[in-house]
Amino acid sequence: MNRKMIFYMLGKILELEAVIMFIPLITSVIYGEKSIWAFLITIAFALLVGIALTLLNKPRDKTFFAKEGFVIVALSWVLLSAVGALPFVISGEIPNFIDAFFETVSGFTTTGATILSNVEGLSKGIAMWRSLTHWVGGMGILVLVVAILPTDSGRSIHIIRAEMPGHSVGKLTPKLRVMTKQLYLIYIVLTAIEVVFLLFGGMPLFDSLVHSFGTAGTGGFGIKNDSIASYSPYLQWVITIFMLLFGINFNLYYLLLVGKLRSAVKSEELWTYVCLFTGATALVTYNIYSMSTNFAEALRNAAFQVSSIMTTTGYATADFNLWPGLSKGILLILMFIGACSGSTAGGLKISRVVLLFKRVKSGVKHMIHPRSTEAVRFEGKRVDNDTLMGVLVYFAVYFICFTSILFVVLFEPFDLETSISAVAACFNNVGPGLSLVGPTGNYGVFSYISKIMLSFAMLLGRLEIFPMLILFSPSVWKKRRAKS
Amino acid sequence: MKIIVNGCGKIGTTILANLVAEGHDVTAIDTNPEVIQKLTNIYDVIGVCGNGADSDVLQEANAKNNDLIISTTSSDEINMLTCFLAKRMGVENTVARVRNPEYNDKSLNFIRQQLEISLIINPELMAAHELFNLLKLPNADKIENFSVRNFEIVEFKVREGSALDGLKIYELRNKFKAKFLICAVKRGDDAYIPHGDFTLMAGDKIGVTASSSEILRLFSEMGMKQSSAKKVMILGGSKTAVYLAKRLSSVGNSVTIIEKNRNKCEELTEDLPKVLVVCGDGASQEVLIEEGLASVDAVIALTGLDELNILISSYAYSKKVPKVIAKINRQELIPLAEHWGLDTTISPRKAISNTVVRYARALENSQGSSVETLYKLMDDKVEALEFSVKQGLDFLNVPFKQLKLKENILIAGIIRERKTIIPSGDDVLLSGDKVVILAANQRINNLSDIIR
Repeated sequence: MNRKMIFYMLGKILELEAVIMFIPLITSVIYGEKSIWAFLITIAFALLVGIALTLLNKPRDKTFFAKEGFVIVALSWVLLSAVGALPFVISGEIPNFIDAFFETVSGFTTTGATILSNVEGLSKGIAMWRSLTHWVGGMGILVLVVAILPTDSGRSIHIIRAEMPGHSVGKLTPKLRVMTKQLYLIYIVLTAIEVVFLLFGGMPLFDSLVHSFGTAGTGGFGIKNDSIASYSPYLQWVITIFMLLFGINFNLYYLLLVGKLRSAVKSEELWTYVCLFTGATALVTYNIYSMSTNFAEALRNAAFQVSSIMTTTGYATADFNLWPGLSKGILLILMFIGACSGSTAGGLKISRVVLLFKRVKSGVKHMIHPRSTEAVRFEGKRVDNDTLMGVLVYFAVYFICFTSILFVVLFEPFDLETSISAVAACFNNVGPGLSLVGPTGNYGVFSYISKIMLSFAMLLGRLEIFPMLILFSPSVWKKRRAKS
Repeated sequence: MKIIVNGCGKIGTTILANLVAEGHDVTAIDTNPEVIQKLTNIYDVIGVCGNGADSDVLQEANAKNNDLIISTTSSDEINMLTCFLAKRMGVENTVARVRNPEYNDKSLNFIRQQLEISLIINPELMAAHELFNLLKLPNADKIENFSVRNFEIVEFKVREGSALDGLKIYELRNKFKAKFLICAVKRGDDAYIPHGDFTLMAGDKIGVTASSSEILRLFSEMGMKQSSAKKVMILGGSKTAVYLAKRLSSVGNSVTIIEKNRNKCEELTEDLPKVLVVCGDGASQEVLIEEGLASVDAVIALTGLDELNILISSYAYSKKVPKVIAKINRQELIPLAEHWGLDTTISPRKAISNTVVRYARALENSQGSSVETLYKLMDDKVEALEFSVKQGLDFLNVPFKQLKLKENILIAGIIRERKTIIPSGDDVLLSGDKVVILAANQRINNLSDIIR
């Protein structure tokens, strides 16, 4: 283990977090709120610790391997959330640290699960910080570090792999730094476009920013107790479409940008995504039509909720808790599938699900024709066995983790629907679940143990399990041989 | 600059690593997905899996937006075809590795012109050339030539009891009549460009610039006179061995090649009529002694295995063979070999990657005073660059003593109309000159970079 490099990166992360925190600080200053102090203290603390870490651990040897990449990512996310929770605690708006930690983890992992029963009571600065964590967490803070920091080693790819969602991270440009910059550029531009569309629909600037951050990171923190329901149909449609856009693999936007429209449109994952969305929307619309005043409303609510759950954003325009079982079931299944890999969404990711199905199909065929040789194809290319094995292993680990966390949460005195959907919603970074944790409920009812467990579930889900699990592997922490 | 490297074997990877270190945007193409996987894990490059001579693959590698393609697959023909296709797709500059001795100079030249390949590189031929020079001047550990043959940088070690041991640099001019300049010193792991009051010590590796005749004079003044090697034993019948044996035997040296494989021996006998080819295991001490190890002037280990080369050479060294040279491709083994007394090693891989890096650097600033030659000395810690001086340089006609050079930069030599000048403070640069610059621990792209 290259410990110096790990601590050095952690220091850089803290420094960056302090810089990012200037945005809510400025918001607080504009609105003249007391939360200014909360941010000032946190910024000072983060800078102090960050600079100390980077100065004390200037690494001579900058080489590191996949293992270090995982550890850097996992530790930074925990540290980031712990420090990010401080403004909530210091300002007294979420006085308990565990609650604040849950809220921050939920923010950075773009889950959007909240313990607050009254979000409208938050000060503007704190609300801005809460939503900004979505935006930063969506594309990934380490991706940002790689984009900004000059690193001469090509090994940063290990960090990017550990942080970016999806079963394989392909490079688009020879230089990693250039690629991460391009990705952030696309991200910023898309967010800005959404802000413009929302402003055009008459949403105030502050609301537009907060909701765009929430959409871009596919997070779901709002500033209204009824989420998006009180906004006009136009605004609801804008958010529906942008949620879908942020659920698409960002590589496709890059391909569009360099004028390779054809290969972007040919993407198998994109089409599966579109088909799933249309199919689910159609079914839900049909299912809730009788409850709605007209078809337009049914379609709007169905499309919004399907897109919100599928991209694991978690905004709501209707209380889907009151919907029939079929619609609730569809939403629960979509939570697990999630959106495209390489997007800001959570869940298993469509590419994995497709590969899983294809592998099962070829497995069944192999049972019928034991001597047949099979090749699984995806995006027009043969998928090698290592990738397939990786997907299968991920799927297995995914369910082991899911059931283990669920087992702990089951001790709570709630109904099964609450527990299952709470774990599913946190693990897949969705946010609202069903029953008690539905769109109108919140996670404040859970005990501290469950809150910590669920925070852990959110981190597992966002970082795709392995980086977090590797932290618990003793061989990672073995010291280097003592120098003789 | 944007560069594609097609074929990432040993040479391809070395070139790629050097280009990445230079800061280029590199795309790697290889048919083996595992190779691509490994490369993208270690280097900041983008990988494309496939055959570089396939236009689809070149398209995927975004060939038309690249400035340079280097093809180093194991097949000469694929390399040439790749370069040809890439050129047609809009890659301005193409470099192909062609190493089959069947293509002679004339036919290669024809191919190069017809396929519009910018540069054809042949690592084995370059290695043979380097070996040939070393055998002419056995005292040196390394010899690098510049565009005018008559100017060289020679590297050698200061031995215990040598005339140089304990001398200060400024004392050299009084002690020796030869005109030369000590341009770089490596002591331990650090490399310096020495000042006048730098004291040389035994164990230092030094670099000397001078014209060829002055270097011979220096060696004789130091009492290290040693005539060029006449009887040479080569172990391993590789392509390098063939090129070298041809060259050596053509100037009348006696050459013995020891090769294990019988079929190969027969091929060698056919190709090299003047050379004694022995079928036997070069690693066996008996074979070596039987073939006259005790009487040869030089032993060159050129088998495909670095480890074996080191072992054979250190055996030859222990038998007091005057000059022992080992081919070592893996950089990390070179310090180990030096530890065992093998000061002279050659590395075709390194030579070739220097050539390509220089080519890329020269392309980068073709407007200004461009790099003509680039060598890495002192285990890559010092670079020697040759620039051609063009009109418009800020410090033309300014005496050197008025220039404020950067730290660790040295103007080591000026070549003016085939005459070599070892510069002093009163010399100036004129347009049309070629100038050799030494830079330690830094990268110089342009001649104007040397001024503070």
